[in-house]
Amino acid sequence: MYIYDEYDRRIQGQRVKQFRAQMERYLDGQLEEAEFLPLRLQNGLYVQRLAPMLRICVPYGLLNSRQLRKLAHITRTYDKGYCHVSTRQNIQLNWPQLEEVPDILDELLEVEMHCNQTSGNCIRNTTTDQFAGVATDELVDPRPYCELIRQWSTFHPEFAFLPRKFKIAVSATEEDRAAIRVHDIGLQIVRNDAGELGFSVFVGGGLGRTPVVGSLINEFVPEQHLLTYLEAILRIYNQFGRRDNKFKARIKILVRAMTPDVFAEKVAAEWEHLKDGSATLTGEEIDRAKSYFTEPDYEAADDTAIQAEIDRLASENKAFSNWLKRNVRDHKKPGYAAVNLSLKPTGIAPGDITDRQLETLADLADTYSFGEVRTTHEQNMVLADVRKADLYDLWQKAKAAGFATPNIGTLTDLICCPGGDFCSLANAKSIPIAEAIQRQFDDMDYLYDLGNIDLNISGCMNACGHHHVGHIGILGVDKKGEEFYQVTLGGNSSNDASLGKVIGPSFNAEDMPGVVQKIIDVYVETRTEEEPFIDTVNRVGIAPFKERVYAKAS
Amino acid sequence: MPKLVKDGAIVDNDWTLMAKPEGEAAEAKVPGGKVIVPLKVWQAQHDALAERSDIGVWLDTDETADELGDEAKRFPLVAVHFPAFADGRAFSTARLLRERFDFTGELRAVGYFLAEQACYLRRCGVNALDFGPEREHHLEPAIEALKDFTEYYQTSVDQPLPLFRRRAS
Ligand code: HEM
Ligand code: SF4
Repeated sequence: MYIYDEYDRRIQGQRVKQFRAQMERYLDGQLEEAEFLPLRLQNGLYVQRLAPMLRICVPYGLLNSRQLRKLAHITRTYDKGYCHVSTRQNIQLNWPQLEEVPDILDELLEVEMHCNQTSGNCIRNTTTDQFAGVATDELVDPRPYCELIRQWSTFHPEFAFLPRKFKIAVSATEEDRAAIRVHDIGLQIVRNDAGELGFSVFVGGGLGRTPVVGSLINEFVPEQHLLTYLEAILRIYNQFGRRDNKFKARIKILVRAMTPDVFAEKVAAEWEHLKDGSATLTGEEIDRAKSYFTEPDYEAADDTAIQAEIDRLASENKAFSNWLKRNVRDHKKPGYAAVNLSLKPTGIAPGDITDRQLETLADLADTYSFGEVRTTHEQNMVLADVRKADLYDLWQKAKAAGFATPNIGTLTDLICCPGGDFCSLANAKSIPIAEAIQRQFDDMDYLYDLGNIDLNISGCMNACGHHHVGHIGILGVDKKGEEFYQVTLGGNSSNDASLGKVIGPSFNAEDMPGVVQKIIDVYVETRTEEEPFIDTVNRVGIAPFKERVYAKAS
Repeated sequence: MPKLVKDGAIVDNDWTLMAKPEGEAAEAKVPGGKVIVPLKVWQAQHDALAERSDIGVWLDTDETADELGDEAKRFPLVAVHFPAFADGRAFSTARLLRERFDFTGELRAVGYFLAEQACYLRRCGVNALDFGPEREHHLEPAIEALKDFTEYYQTSVDQPLPLFRRRAS
C-alpha cells in the first residue's frame, strides 16, 4: 500500500488548511453559496436531501486496518454510526455536520486519507480491479499506475474546473473487472510485440443520461508516456468540451461530436508537444511506485493437503460449502484465497456498514490478511490474502459479524444507489426495491442455481446505480408525481460491454419483485445447460421476457 | 484608482479593459493610454495597433492561446477572461501562453473568478488578478490564497519539474 512521505504529508496538510479557510469564509458570508459549491464538492462535500454527505476517497479501493478503525471512530463521532461503500470504491458518510467537515478531514489526514476530488468537475478517484495484485489472470499489478495517476491528478492546477466530472479506470486483466469501457478514460494495460508495457486507451465511455461505450483512441501508449498522454486528453477536453449544457458536458459528447478519429488526432497533435517533456515517467519513479505494492510475506503451503481438509469441512457443512463457492476466489499464490465479504444481507441498504463492523473488519484484516482490505465497485469488501488454512475460522467470524451472506455475484448481490430515501435528485426510491427483490429471492439453493446475475438499480437517470450495465437494470421514473420503475435487460459492464434494452412500460413498486420473478422464470425455462443469464438474454433477445412480463393475467 | 493583485501584492491597476465592440471590430475606436483590447480588435486593426507600445490584448474563454500564438511575445500584457469562475478554459490558455508561446509579460486574469482560485492560477502562469470593482473583497484573501500550496505533484509554469523528478534527486 502507498505510504506518504514528507511531501505527500505537506501537500495534504496544506489542502486541509485551505479548505478550513474556505469554509470559514463561506460561514462568514464572504463566499456565496454558488461560489462555495465547487470548492466543497472538490473536498467531497455534497448537500443532499436530508443532510450533507461526505464522500471519502479510497484510492483504488485499498484500506488498511488503521484506516478502518479511524473510519469507525469518525462514523461514531461525527455521524450515526454507519457509512456506505459506493460504486466507485469510495466511502460515504450520510449525516455529517457541515461545520465539522474540516475536523473530519484532519482526522482522516492522520491515517493518510482524504476527500480530495471525490466530487465536482475535476479528475476523480482512479479505480481498478478489486483483486489487483492477487488475481490469477493479471498481466501486472495495476495499482502502481493508479497511484501515479493519483499523484498527477491531485490538485492539478489546470484541470480543477473541467466542463464536467472526469473518471479514469485501469484494468490489467483479460476479464475487465473495472468497467473501463464506461469511464471517461479507460486504460487497459497491455504488452506489445516487443514485450514492452503500455496502455490501450479508451475514451468517452460513461453512463448517466447518455450511456456510451468508450472508443479506443490509441492501441499502445508506452508506460513512460502515461501522464503526458493523459494530460493531452484532458487539455483537449478542458478547451473544447461543451460548457453551455451540463447534460452535454461529459467527454463522451465531445468525442461523439468530433468523432473518435478526429478526437484521437487532436490528442495526438497536443501530445506531440508534451511527449518526452519533464512529465515523462522515469524508470526510477515507476519502480518507486511499484515498491509500495510488493507481495506480502506469503508462507509456503502444501496446497493439496489444505485443499483436502477444506473439502472435508465443506462436505460436512453445507453453509460453509456455499460460502466457499460464492464468496471465495482463487489466488495467484498456492495456499491462499481472496475472500469477498458481502455487504448485501437482506434488509440492509446495499453497501452499508456500521462502526462495529468496520472494527471487526479491521481485526479480521489484521488476523487473516496482512492488515489490508479492499472496497469493490459492487459495494462489497474483500480480504485479498487469506491463507486457505484459515478459511474455516474466518468464515465463522465473518458470519458472526454479518459479512458472510453467501450471495456474491448472485441476483441478491445487487448494486443500488441511495435513491429517494437520501437523494434530492431521485425520481423514485431504490433501497426498498432492492430489499423487496432480496426477500423474493431468499432461497439460497435457488439463487445458486440461477448463477451469476447482475441486477442494478438507480433512482433516476443519473445512473449512480449503473442500471444500464446491469444484466437486469431497474430505473426509477417519475410519472405525474408517482414513482415507477423501468426495466432493461441485456446490459453488461465487462469486456463485451453493452447497454440494456428497455422491455416496455414501467411498473409500480409493488409489482417489481413479481416482474423480476417472471424474467427469471423465462430464463430458467429457456436456458441451455450451464448457460448464464446474460448469454440466454443475448441468444433469445428480450421478446420472450417481454411477452411473459406483460402477459394479461389469465 | 482601481486595485489588483500583482506578483503577490495589491497595486494600482493602470490599464483600461476595452469591452468587445458591438459592431465591426475593424471600426471599433481604441482609446489612448494603456488599454487591453479584445483579440478580435487586435486582429482587425493589427497594423495600426502594432505601432503602439501601450496595447495589451485579452482572450475570451472560447479563444485559444494559439489564436494569438507567437505574437503574444510582443505584448507587455495579455489577459484571459473568466465569464464565470467555474469555466476553467482560461487555465489551459494561460499555461499554453507561457509554456508554448513563451509569453513573459504580465499575464492577467479578468472577469468573474475567485480568490480561492489564486493558487492554481499562479501555477498556470497568471501573475496578476483583476477581480474588478464588484469583487474587491477578494483582493486581500487572494494574497493569502496564493500561498495555499507550496509543494505540488505535477509540472506547472512555476515548477517545471514534477515532484517525482525532485524526489528522486
Ligand atoms: C445521494 C447523493 C448523490 C447525488 C446527488 C448524486 C448525483 C449524481 C449525478 C447528478 C450524476 C450524473 C452525473 C453525470 O452524468 O454527469 C451521478 C453519477 C454517478 N453517481 Fe451519483 N449521486 C449521489 C450518490 C451516489 C452514490 C451513493 C453513489 C455510489 C453508490 C454514486 C455513484 C455514481 C456513479 C458511479 C455515477 C456515474 C455514472 C457515470 O458518470 O458514468 N452516486 N451522481
Ligand atoms: S441515480 Fe439518481 S437517485 Fe440515485 S443517487 Fe444518483 S442522482 Fe440520486
